[in-house]
Amino acid sequence: MTPAKITVSALALLAASAATAAAQEQIQVAGSSTVLPYATIVAEAFAENTDFPAPVVEGGGSGAGLKQFCAGVGQNTIDVANASRPIKASELEECRANGVENVMEVQFGYDGIVFASSINGPDFVLTPADIYRALAAEVVMDGATVANPAMTWADVNPALPAQQITVFVPGTKHGTREVFEEKVMAAGCEASGDLEEMTGLADADTAEAACTALRTDGRSIDIDGDYTETLARINSDPNGIGVFGLSFYENNTDKLKVATIDGVAPSVETVASGEYPVSRPLFFYVKKDHFGTVPGLKEYAEFFVADAIAGPGGPLADYGLVPDPELAAVQSAIADETVLSAAN
Amino acid sequence: MSDVAPTPSRPTPARSLLVEDARTRRRNAAERRFRAYGVIAIAIAVAGLAFLLFTIFRDGSSAFVQTYVKIPVAIEASVVDPEGNGDPAEMQKILTMSYGRLLENALARHIARNDIQIEGLEDADLSTFFSSQARADLRRAVLADPSLVGTVVEHPVMTSSRVDGMFKGRVSRASAAIDAKTSAAQYDLAMALGARDDVRTTFNWNFIISTDSSDNRPEAAGLGVAIIGSFYMMLIVLVLAVPIGVATSIYLEEFAPQNRLTDVIEVNISNLAAVPSIVFGILGLAAFINFMGLPRSAPIVGGLVLTLMTLPTIIISTRAALKAVPPSIREAALGVGASRMQMVFHHVLPLAMPGILTGTILGLAQALGETAPLMLIGMVAFVTTYPAAPPEGFFDPASALPVQVFNWTQRADPAFFERASGAIIVLLAFLLAMNLLAIYLRRKFERRW
Repeated sequence: MTPAKITVSALALLAASAATAAAQEQIQVAGSSTVLPYATIVAEAFAENTDFPAPVVEGGGSGAGLKQFCAGVGQNTIDVANASRPIKASELEECRANGVENVMEVQFGYDGIVFASSINGPDFVLTPADIYRALAAEVVMDGATVANPAMTWADVNPALPAQQITVFVPGTKHGTREVFEEKVMAAGCEASGDLEEMTGLADADTAEAACTALRTDGRSIDIDGDYTETLARINSDPNGIGVFGLSFYENNTDKLKVATIDGVAPSVETVASGEYPVSRPLFFYVKKDHFGTVPGLKEYAEFFVADAIAGPGGPLADYGLVPDPELAAVQSAIADETVLSAAN
Repeated sequence: MSDVAPTPSRPTPARSLLVEDARTRRRNAAERRFRAYGVIAIAIAVAGLAFLLFTIFRDGSSAFVQTYVKIPVAIEASVVDPEGNGDPAEMQKILTMSYGRLLENALARHIARNDIQIEGLEDADLSTFFSSQARADLRRAVLADPSLVGTVVEHPVMTSSRVDGMFKGRVSRASAAIDAKTSAAQYDLAMALGARDDVRTTFNWNFIISTDSSDNRPEAAGLGVAIIGSFYMMLIVLVLAVPIGVATSIYLEEFAPQNRLTDVIEVNISNLAAVPSIVFGILGLAAFINFMGLPRSAPIVGGLVLTLMTLPTIIISTRAALKAVPPSIREAALGVGASRMQMVFHHVLPLAMPGILTGTILGLAQALGETAPLMLIGMVAFVTTYPAAPPEGFFDPASALPVQVFNWTQRADPAFFERASGAIIVLLAFLLAMNLLAIYLRRKFERRW
């Protein structure tokens, strides 16, 4: 055969195989990078312990995952979206508009959010009010809002070390950022009394927005990458304090020192009991419309929240997941195929 | 030149060839300085490369060995076959996690039998001593051969990433003491087993051939799927980009008329070569996945995107190779009555072949190392099944080598950092092999006039 003939037949073969593209066989998962490690652990165990093909798991962030999830039903759309925050009403509307009618919400556990600094640095005993006072763009002083003047942690609270304020905060595309704003900044704003004073100076909505606005003078640094990037930044800047997921910290306790919040050190136990204040539920969303067309989809959801996997002592808890005490209710909701209602 | 003619204002230069005059000295000094700059520039480049290679090899070479501990493991019927009836369906229900008990008990018995005394050893130190991959392997072996139940098997058992790190020097006793995932007691136990010669450190074939694994078992992660995925994509690029690229170049160089249209095409090809690769990823997502409906994470889409990216490189190098063939060859061929096509295929193309091959291989090497466009089409995925043989395999989910590096650097466990550096070494080895092939082919087929 001449080279030209070989080429033509190769192209023909390729075109033919494109036409007979096999139907989607494996479950496709995408979404939150916080949930990604848990989803990979489950996907691996699911493939090992069942006869279904191994699910393909992608990261990309909660928002991106849900957007892909709501893009439609059928081949080449994902079956499961991982999220570190609940689905928004607007996202659910988009799902409906694109024909994704039946979305199952599964909350499989909790993740703590921790503040950690270099292992060689001083200890930090923080409260949400301290963090708010250190990171807010504007604070109330003598009855007026002023640009945040604090440069060291001692300026915020004399009991803290006189170390320059440098905090690596997850960027706005992360689900963690929302929890940070709500559970730390807003809570600190209220605890420090600024919310009340600001509400006196402006209307309530403006005051709440001002509470969660972070300063932009370089003391608070947005990290758009993953926790590994935050860790690298702390390694190169000994003054830095980073915001991490509990499971990431648990995997790197030889490099990081964790700060207590309101006197409580974060751990699976303190997050589960609710003593440690900064935590958030983790979710995944399942496309019920794909049950039947994607083999093993329901089994995957059931396997994910089985006691042996997501329960205490299971592989997810080993990695740092705080098990959901209501796991039995979650299991029965999946068994009943309960979907999110339109009113939600 | 002008400096040969003496100007009247200057003192008469020395006429001896043995004595340098001031001007000659200045010229010589300038030349020496220029050479020194060149040497410094090369030294900086070499130092940078050496530093890069040094850090990669320092961090990554340990990924190529793996620590195993050889202990007898009793397959206890109470764990793997609680009903005691040997029914495979019943045994199938026992999950991987339960098999950890077998390894834990085996280690506890081994410690007791050999009278190893470790202070502060807890149950957790035993249960996290072995990789959870070892549980999966054990389960697979038992389900494949139920007659193993009740017997004692003696295989080397893969250790967990922390224990593995202790033997590689990545985990010290001090760091183990403050690490939540291990402990000083576990370190002492590992060293005691090491002193007893129970520990085997072997070449880590798993790293080359097995699939990616979850964050709970970095010690078992391998590059198998990524290597196959990269290979499939290179195959697609080779089959599509080379014929299209070479045909385009031949037409543009030998047949096409010189007019406005071909000028526009030419400018566009040069521009395409400079387009950032991420743009091709966006194009691939829109055209191949959203419009044509090809599957995500599939080598076919990656291959098509990389084909588009490599085409300009191949066209430009092929045209350069065709241009380098002396016109006298063409004229001679036409002069003895050959048609234009015969001239191209019988005379010009064979002479341009070494240049075309070199350009193609360098284009492929560039495509092999490309990450950005693949991220958009879902190749940064966790894939634990090998893609099938082509052509079906082109549509199965797969990963790619550079993407696997990116993926591993994002994982929490520090053992993945070692894997990522190891994967860089593998990628560099492939690139080096391709470049060597390019040099070999050029040398072998090179013609001189």
